Amino acid sequence: MSHLVAIVKRELNSYFVTHLAYVFILIFLILSGVFTFYLGNFFERGQADLAPFFTFHPWLYLFLVPAISMRLWSEERKSGSIELLLTLPIRKFDAVAGKFLAAWIFTGIALLLTFPLWLTVNYLGEPDNGAILAGYLGSWLMAGGFLAIGSCMSALSRSQVIAFIVTGLVCLLFVLAGFPMVLNLFEDWVPMIVLDALASLSFLAHFSSISKGVLSLQDVFYFVSVIVAWLAATMIVLEIKRAS
Amino acid sequence: MIEVSHLTRQFGSLRAVEDLSLKLEPGEILGFLGPNGAGKSTTMKMLTGFLVPTSGRISVFGHDVGDNPISAQEMIGYLPEGAPCYEDMTPETFLNFIAEIRGFRDDEKRRRVDDVVKKMSLQQVLHQKIETLSKGFKRRVGLAQAIIHDPKVLILDEPTDGLDPNQKKQVRDLILGLSKDKIVIISTHILEEVAAVCSRVVIVSEGKLVVDCSAEELEKQSRFHGAVTLILPEDVDADLLRSQIEPLSSVDSLEVSGTSITVFPKDNRQIFSVLSGLLTQQGIAPESMFQEKGRLEDVFRQITTGESA
Repeated sequence: MSHLVAIVKRELNSYFVTHLAYVFILIFLILSGVFTFYLGNFFERGQADLAPFFTFHPWLYLFLVPAISMRLWSEERKSGSIELLLTLPIRKFDAVAGKFLAAWIFTGIALLLTFPLWLTVNYLGEPDNGAILAGYLGSWLMAGGFLAIGSCMSALSRSQVIAFIVTGLVCLLFVLAGFPMVLNLFEDWVPMIVLDALASLSFLAHFSSISKGVLSLQDVFYFVSVIVAWLAATMIVLEIKRAS
Repeated sequence: MIEVSHLTRQFGSLRAVEDLSLKLEPGEILGFLGPNGAGKSTTMKMLTGFLVPTSGRISVFGHDVGDNPISAQEMIGYLPEGAPCYEDMTPETFLNFIAEIRGFRDDEKRRRVDDVVKKMSLQQVLHQKIETLSKGFKRRVGLAQAIIHDPKVLILDEPTDGLDPNQKKQVRDLILGLSKDKIVIISTHILEEVAAVCSRVVIVSEGKLVVDCSAEELEKQSRFHGAVTLILPEDVDADLLRSQIEPLSSVDSLEVSGTSITVFPKDNRQIFSVLSGLLTQQGIAPESMFQEKGRLEDVFRQITTGESA
C-alpha cells in the first residue's frame, strides 16, 4: 500500500512540475466551454442542467486522454527509468495501478475545475444537483476507462506518438461500438446476440444515460470492469516485454 | 551469496547469454568484462529481475529472483546502464521517493537521504532538476539511489562511463570504501579500473563465460607478464644493444619501438637483474626500466578476439 501511495505521489507531482498539468487543464476547460456553449446550445435550451456539458465528454476525452496516458510507460521506456522502477522491490500491480491512479486523479482535478459551470446553472435556475453529481462521477469513470486503455497502449510502445495514436483509435472503437452507424454495418449478417454484446461494449451507450444524470450500478460496473481489464492487460504487456 | 546457474537468455534468434554459471561470496568485488554486446548488461538485468531468463536460475542470498523477485530486489542496489533517473525531479525529491519505496519513514528516511547526499557530495545540486545536471552529477544521483538502503548486493552497470578522472576516482573510492560483507558487481570497459578495485574478474564473450579468475592471475596471462621494458636515452644505439641482449640465455625475444625496448623472458625467468647488470657493464643509464605486471588490455583482446597486441 505504501508503495502505491509513493508512486501516486511521485507521478502526480511530475504532472505539475512539467507544466503538462497546466496546459492540459487550460485546454480542457476551454474546449469543454466551447462544446457546452456553442455546440451544446447551453443557453438556448433554456434548461437548468449540465447535459450539454457531459454529452461531449466522450469526444473530448478521445484526444485529451491519450495525451495524458501516452507518457505513462513510453516515457519510462525511452528514458530507461523503467529499469529503475521495475527493479525496485515493488509489485508490478503497485507500479501499474499507481501510475494509473495518478493520471486518473489528475483528470479528476481537471474535471473539478469546471465547477464554474455548475455555479452558473445554479445561478440561472434550479438544477437537479444529484443528477449533476452523477454526471461528474460517470464522466470521471469514463475517463478512467480511456486512461486504462491508454496505459496498456503506452506499455506496448516506447514512442509516445504511437501510443497517442493507437490509444485514440482503440478508444474511438470503444466509443463508436454502440453507434447506429457502426451497428447498422453488422446488422444484416451478425446474430443479434453478438450485436447486443458489441453495443454493450460501447462507452457511448453506457455514458448516455449517465450524462442525463442516471448513474446506474450497471454502468458503474461496466466502467470499473473496463478499467480493471485494461490494467490487467497492461501488467500482461509488461510481463511479456520482460520475457521477450 | 549469489548463485547463478546455467543462465541463458535468448532475444529472438540471438543468444545474448549462454549457459552462464557463477558463484559469488560476500566481500567479493567482481569486475564483469567483455566487449560491447557480449551480454554483460543482459546478465545484470536478469540478476536484478528486470528481464526474465530464458532458462537457468539466479538466487540472491537464498531468494530466487524468478520465484520471489521482491525479496531479492530488497537486497540489491542497482545502477542501470546510463544511470537513468526521473529527470523532472530534483535529487532531493528523487532520493526521498526511492527511500520511501525502500520502506524508510520520517527520521530514518531523512537520515538515509542526508547520508547518501553527503557520501555522493550532492549538496550543491539538491534542489536542481536532474535533467539540468552534468553527467557526473547524474551518475552520482544514480549511485546514491543504489546505496541508500545499504544493500548487501550492489550491481553497477558501467558506473564510471563518461566521468572525468576525478569523478572516476571518487566512484572507485566509494566502492572500495563499502563494508566488506557486500557483493559488488561492476561492468566496465576500463581495465585499469578492474586492477584498481576488483578482487575477481569474469570475462564474457558472445554470451559465454570465458575467464573467471583474480585480477592478478589475469595479468599473469598476459605475454607482457614478467617482461622488462627499458626506455633508453636518445644517443644510445638501440640496435647495438639489441644484438647484445638477444643472445642471453634467459631472454626469449625483444621488441624495439623508438627508444623503448621490451624484453620477454624465457619460461617466466627473472631477467631484471641480468639486464641491469648488462646495462651497467655497457655504461648505459636508461631513462627508466621496469618490470611489467602484465597488460590487461592485451589479455582482454587476446581472450575476446583471439589475437594479441
